[in-house]
Amino acid sequence: MNATLPQTITPEIPRPPQRLLTYLEEGGHTLGSWLLTTDHKRIGVLYLYSILFFFTIAAIAAAMMRMELITPPGDMVTSETYNKLFTIHGTTMVWFFLIPSIPSVLGNFVVPLMIGARDLAFPRLNLLSWYLFNLGGLLAVYSIAVGGVDTGWTFYEPYSSAFSNTHVVTMVAGVFVAGFSSILTGLNFIVSIHKLRAPGMTWFKLPLFLWSTYATSVILVMATPVLAMTLVLVAAERIWGVGIFDPKLGGDPVLFQHLFWFYSHPAVYIMILPGMGVVSELITCFSRKPIFGYHFVAFSSVAIALIGFFVWGHHMFVSSQSVYAGLVFSILSYLVAVPSAIKVFNWTLTLYRGRIHLDTPMLYALGFIGLFTIGGLTGLFLAALGFDVHVTDTYFVVAHFHYIMVGGMVTGFLGGLHYWWPKITGRLYPENLGRLAALIIFIGFNVTFFPQYVVGYLGMPRRYHAYAPEFQVYNVMSSAGASVLGVGYVLPLIYLIWSLKHGKKAPANPWKATGLEWQTPSPPPKHNFAQTPIVTQPPYQYSPEIEEELVHG
Amino acid sequence: MANPSVAVAEQFDDMPQQLEASTLGMWTFLATEILFFGALFLSYIIYRHTYVHAFAEAARHTKILHGSINTGLLMTSSLTMSLAIHAAQKGRQRPLLGFLLLTIFLGCCFLGVKGLEYKSDIDDHLVPGQHFTRNIPVQGQLFWYLYWMMTGVHSLHLAVGIGVLAFIAWRAGRQKYSAYYHNPVLISGLYWHFVDVIWVWLYSLFYLVNRY
Amino acid sequence: MNLLNPPVVPPKTYFWVWFALLLLLLLNWGLAQFNLGPFNLVATLAIPFVQMLLMLLYLMHVRYNAPLTRVFVAAGFIWLAIMADLTLSDYLTRGSVPGTLRKSWEHGAWPPTTTQAPARANS
Repeated sequence: MNATLPQTITPEIPRPPQRLLTYLEEGGHTLGSWLLTTDHKRIGVLYLYSILFFFTIAAIAAAMMRMELITPPGDMVTSETYNKLFTIHGTTMVWFFLIPSIPSVLGNFVVPLMIGARDLAFPRLNLLSWYLFNLGGLLAVYSIAVGGVDTGWTFYEPYSSAFSNTHVVTMVAGVFVAGFSSILTGLNFIVSIHKLRAPGMTWFKLPLFLWSTYATSVILVMATPVLAMTLVLVAAERIWGVGIFDPKLGGDPVLFQHLFWFYSHPAVYIMILPGMGVVSELITCFSRKPIFGYHFVAFSSVAIALIGFFVWGHHMFVSSQSVYAGLVFSILSYLVAVPSAIKVFNWTLTLYRGRIHLDTPMLYALGFIGLFTIGGLTGLFLAALGFDVHVTDTYFVVAHFHYIMVGGMVTGFLGGLHYWWPKITGRLYPENLGRLAALIIFIGFNVTFFPQYVVGYLGMPRRYHAYAPEFQVYNVMSSAGASVLGVGYVLPLIYLIWSLKHGKKAPANPWKATGLEWQTPSPPPKHNFAQTPIVTQPPYQYSPEIEEELVHG
Repeated sequence: MANPSVAVAEQFDDMPQQLEASTLGMWTFLATEILFFGALFLSYIIYRHTYVHAFAEAARHTKILHGSINTGLLMTSSLTMSLAIHAAQKGRQRPLLGFLLLTIFLGCCFLGVKGLEYKSDIDDHLVPGQHFTRNIPVQGQLFWYLYWMMTGVHSLHLAVGIGVLAFIAWRAGRQKYSAYYHNPVLISGLYWHFVDVIWVWLYSLFYLVNRY
Repeated sequence: MNLLNPPVVPPKTYFWVWFALLLLLLLNWGLAQFNLGPFNLVATLAIPFVQMLLMLLYLMHVRYNAPLTRVFVAAGFIWLAIMADLTLSDYLTRGSVPGTLRKSWEHGAWPPTTTQAPARANS
């Protein structure tokens, strides 16, 4: 051997533990890896892209409507075109934006994380659900592109079958297919919440978002099939010229309304319950307090879902249904308001003596509570038979449901999107822009929709492209507000996309929230948790007193 | 006996959990089907209550021979389906395949008889619309509309069931199922029996009205 | 063994159920041949109900299922009942309040002597 100098020995540099790949990396970056994914997190993101597309279409229709309504005469579009605009706006917003918004985007992403599972019960069904959604949307967009539909989103008989000259069959086919997408999503959530909870996660340790999601899923599964069959009947009547709603055969058009609203009333609870679930999460986290009355809030979600099936006839007070039925539906409609009120009460008492942090998600949650309360109260006005016969089919009703669906649900969606954005993307959005957008949205929303209560009460009918001149000032206010609202919605689009590349990297738990989804990195690895978590605590173990001491003590 | 070559799907902890989840999932789907058909059954109830006479007149023209044979066929297919499930539970490959094929065969016989019946109904001018027979009051067209719609949707569901069972049978032929893992056979069986349950009601409501 | 996994039901049980179903079919058909007044309706509802129960309990294993599965089974029927009950509350009470049922769709006032619906341009 050569008598060489001993080689220098390089000390072994300890390597840091290998970082788990996130779900965005693992599985690949290719289009195929996204389009064939069964990962619930990727599917949630795919849904986000889809609903954004449909929201844009429906928003454009709304913008055109509000532009027409600036002046009393129908001078921008013909009445036929206006009919198509509000139909497009309604169908697209309801079925292709609102119903999938929180469940299919936030729910898909968060539900398995919240229950401590690796995925949903049926991942391939989940992917099928997304494809069905897009197929349905494609059919709807096609029907819009070739000339639209003018029946209103409610497709009332006999106009939709015997008289309308528009592409009704394609549109109802699109809604039918999208309906099955939503059934599969609901089915997946129900089975997952029953069967895939982590050890120790009993029903009463579930975060309230899951109670709301479960209740929403029950509605999705039970109500949608009736809509499906009803739309089949409308399409059949159009295609073959005979149907069971046809008075010439002795059929009853009001039967269509019963079957349609049996779905569509519970559907509006699909379009609010998930928002309530989000608000429960946000209120506790940003007031650093456990929810007041956990059991009441949990059971109220179930009660809303259940009682919501008993009240559909309040959409038919002037339809010629029997007086007795009208009475029954009116009383039951008062009853269904009670669990919603319980939630508002409990959220308020959660805020009381909490340490309030006015971050963006919290601004949306507070906005939700106020706007939903106004919308909900006006729902009670409408449940009163005597009042309803005067304001039915006026802008009062339009204002009522926009306060709930936009002031409530969309606000809740934005709040949840901001709250879970760090978890989904691994980035923080710019907080000041977030707060600014929330404020603009709140102001724009109220200026748009509050005048509609007034003008509806004064007698302006809905679905009219021209109106009496004395209503103009309210319409101008409303359209002005809509422009502000539009700006408010565009802002998050810009800064959220900006944050994907330039936002600060998010820690696992940027909000210091409780909940299993915050115990895993942001973004999570593909299988969510390195080890299945074991749950020992109830949810929302916040303590404002301890934090107060930590800060000031 | 455990068959370690069949892996539990990664979202589940063990096979019993996977089977429980699949069973609950199928029952959830069947609940949606109850409501899907339920809208039609409700329409039937409302119109039969309103037009008792017209419905009684219209119902006389249904083909009770075809309907009764079909009911027998479908009930027997439910038997063979159950025997297929039993074979799967025991891990007996050939009886499993045999009973699945028999079930498919009986289902196809049902569709064949139904096709003949439909042809006969068309020849008798029992399709609602311009050419509907004058021998029945006009509200009887509601009965016949519901007949075509409900038996048609049912037949579609049966056809889908046959397709599903054909796939299952193909898998069974390749020995993909064992006593440890035969979940698809179990849940297809649930679907098949459900289609039979729907038919049992259709038979009573369409074929046994005013037969005396 | 997990309660939800269906136990191995002996083929004998399946044969007995099948035999009962066929007997009930024969009974249903047979009773329909005679005019039994209101009992005809009762029979044509009760017999398929029993047949359905047999199929649910034995062929679909509901008899052997855990309580949770049974809740899922019941749910579909309960919701159907809700839909039927409240809808019928309209149809069965039309005309109960005097003066509220004028030109009813069922009392021969329809169709009004109308013009034909105009030919439609699209579907």
